[in-house]
Amino acid sequence: MWIPDQVGDDKKNMKTSFPIVGMHCASCAKLIEKKLTKTSGVKSAAVNYGSEQATVEYDPTIATKMVLSQAISDIGYKAIIENRDSEGRTSADEQKEAIKRKELQLLKRKVTVSSILTILILLGSLNHMFGDLTKAFPSFLRYFEIPPLILLLLTLPVLFWSGSEFFKASWSGLKNRAASMDTLIAVGTGAAFLYSAAFTLFPSQLMALGFPDTMYFDTAAVVITLILLGRYFEAKAKAHTSDALKKLLNLQAKTARVIRSGKELDMPIAEVKTGDIVRVRPGEKIPVDGIITEGASNIDESMITGESMPVNKRLGDQVIGATINKSGSFLFKATGVGADTMLSRIVTMVAEAQSSRAPIQRLADIVSGYFVPIVLIIAAITFVAWYDFGTFTQALTNMIAVLVIACPCAMGLATPTAIMVGTGRGAAMGILIKDAESLEVANKIKTIVFDKTGTLTNGKPVVTDVIPAPEPGSHWIPGQARNDKDILQLAASLEQGSEHSLAESIVTKAKERAVSLSPVSKFKATSGMGVSGVVKNQSFIFGNRALMGVQKIAVGSIEEILKQLETQGKTVMILATNKKLLGIFAVADTLKPSAIETIEVVKKMNITPWMVTGDNETTAQAIAKHVGIENVLAGVLPDQKAQKIKELKTSGNIVAFAGDGINDAPALAQADVGIAMGTGTDVAMESAGITLLNKDLRSIISAIKLSRATVAVIKQNLFWAFGYNIILIPIAMGALYPPFKLLLNPALAAFAMAASSVSVVSNSLRLKSSRI
Amino acid sequence: MDKIIVTITGILSILGIYWFFFGKKEETAQISSAATIIVDGGYKPKSFKIPQDKTTTIIFLRKDGNTCLEDLIIPDFKIKKYLPMHTPVTITLSPKKPGIYNFHCGMNMFHGTIEVA
Repeated sequence: MWIPDQVGDDKKNMKTSFPIVGMHCASCAKLIEKKLTKTSGVKSAAVNYGSEQATVEYDPTIATKMVLSQAISDIGYKAIIENRDSEGRTSADEQKEAIKRKELQLLKRKVTVSSILTILILLGSLNHMFGDLTKAFPSFLRYFEIPPLILLLLTLPVLFWSGSEFFKASWSGLKNRAASMDTLIAVGTGAAFLYSAAFTLFPSQLMALGFPDTMYFDTAAVVITLILLGRYFEAKAKAHTSDALKKLLNLQAKTARVIRSGKELDMPIAEVKTGDIVRVRPGEKIPVDGIITEGASNIDESMITGESMPVNKRLGDQVIGATINKSGSFLFKATGVGADTMLSRIVTMVAEAQSSRAPIQRLADIVSGYFVPIVLIIAAITFVAWYDFGTFTQALTNMIAVLVIACPCAMGLATPTAIMVGTGRGAAMGILIKDAESLEVANKIKTIVFDKTGTLTNGKPVVTDVIPAPEPGSHWIPGQARNDKDILQLAASLEQGSEHSLAESIVTKAKERAVSLSPVSKFKATSGMGVSGVVKNQSFIFGNRALMGVQKIAVGSIEEILKQLETQGKTVMILATNKKLLGIFAVADTLKPSAIETIEVVKKMNITPWMVTGDNETTAQAIAKHVGIENVLAGVLPDQKAQKIKELKTSGNIVAFAGDGINDAPALAQADVGIAMGTGTDVAMESAGITLLNKDLRSIISAIKLSRATVAVIKQNLFWAFGYNIILIPIAMGALYPPFKLLLNPALAAFAMAASSVSVVSNSLRLKSSRI
Repeated sequence: MDKIIVTITGILSILGIYWFFFGKKEETAQISSAATIIVDGGYKPKSFKIPQDKTTTIIFLRKDGNTCLEDLIIPDFKIKKYLPMHTPVTITLSPKKPGIYNFHCGMNMFHGTIEVA
């Protein structure tokens, strides 16, 4: 366990803890403790045998960690002292990669050696195998007969060096009464080897007992070689399943140019602190997340959001670490560093998703717990049946074939590899998937509810109409009567404190028309309705019909004009004192360019689109009609969205909800699949199953297609893995013998088994390039 | 005669395999705040109980070269850790819901359970 080092005030006292490997009894701990205490510079040392951990207090000016490590290794134990950064992270991935590379190299050597030996063994066994048939062979092969003892010696390194891991792994498993893939290979090849070795050493005795003169050295060697070869290809392929994550990690900038006390300093990004001002020049990578404080630029965010067009960013806009500054030079204030950057969050999320379990995997999980022991039982049955009704040779060969052909690996690899590649592919396109379950469920979406504002529309409404109400008693003539600038001034003053996007549009309009705002007091916002407050000593309310209803203000006189605006798809807000109407504001949001196309594709995918909005029925219907949605949930307050989703779910359909992640987290969480759009906020990412980092609606379709493609690959893999075992195990048992006199050669069985895991991994890798 | 011997031996070995792999009694270790799990031909202890709503530190120490065991996966906690040989790897769990959660190796060959109560 890693415990951070503690440094004393005088810097002459350091306390460190590290694990120790190699202790096998409590007295070892005492021995190490003694050795450490004697080391110069060490003040105290305690070694815990149970936790295999040493805690040492020492003077870092005299002793170093290397000295401690050396002292421990002098007496035959190993201290695990690693180089870690200030937060205790080692680059576990780098470590893993280095170890994997070494393992792969060793595996390659093992495969090469065993391949050469196996070819020799095969050639040398031809005469044993084919007997009289060898007369048909070319003459040089006939003379290539190798005596059994040499065959035995050639087989030894194949089994016990190249194939040693099978035996080691089965032994450690058996100690725990557990069995794995390796157990099957070890038992199969071990049986073949032991019989042949016994016959080589004691031929006459065994023959006297009635055992046939057959050698299986070639079988044992071929099986080991082929399976090792399969493992080699599998390891190579598997290394590519995590490519996407590696690519993401590599996006990180290495250094940042930080301005501290007036000087520009280049420093590693680990040293950048929140609040630092960072300079970014054209062509450079933005090191961390922040907000532009000076300058402007076009920024290529494609690596994070998948959005191909550079985004124009100005003063006050957010910039994302790891994206590339295309044109201008600018300064920004760091707001997210270290683990708090968008990139770090994405990396964590992808890594977590790749570790999660897809429900479809459940059956494979259950089966894998019983698989190996059951295969061992089947192998025993095969041996007995063939011995009783056939020959010893058939019994042994078929038993080995059963053991070797059974492939639990393919079942274990079927789902996780596909999930890894699928989630990785998603991340590259700006589609972040929270867990395997979301990816799987997205494939079954039957209903998708789009939030209107910010999802179907750009979420930046503009004021289209400002219509003062007539004086009481007079006739309603739009554009006449009270000054529209006056009511705009009142409305904008009321809304200046509100964060709602509609409020923003009113304030923007006021600014455009150079209207100065008045201070507001007693401001109150009612979610989904509007606002109220006091301006110039008079109370006003400003909001939709519902708010007027609550405040008991009749809108009958303006009903006609309201209807007219609403049928144009505009959102209408009414300004009133607590007694009378003052004016009407119409606000319209622009549809996203891809909205109509997306709805069309969604329908083609047999998914029913719905739209949910706080707008009233008339406005909502107008917009829905325009984009091609027939099902509308209008007048829904933000906190009712989740309830509506729940109601839709009662029909039993899989319901997705697509929102912008701002104040619709409950709905995102309530839906079977929550899709948060154009956001990287924690809340949205936490509640949504799928987070789209760009604002393009077509990404929703890509996400669903990705899910469908991944689930298809998982199903193919599982079908293959189960089908393979269900069909080939009986064939190996000899199911085809009665009708066709066909038996499965163990060498062929080994080939099939090796090919089966490789094909599952390769099939998953297909997701990298499939059309989405 | 030899057929009878082989048949009887076969039946006995089938019973033996069944008993050996399926007949073992799982002992569930109780972990209060921290513990080490040795990864060697499986997980020791294989099953353990941890308290709900508390943070438990579990150290995995792999002593087995079997590459199958190099990855530790706890799907319900979205944990996937590479276990280098002879290097303790610390994970912390703060379970919110009671239940039995499985963990396994990279290829789903070796299994263990975490009981949250």
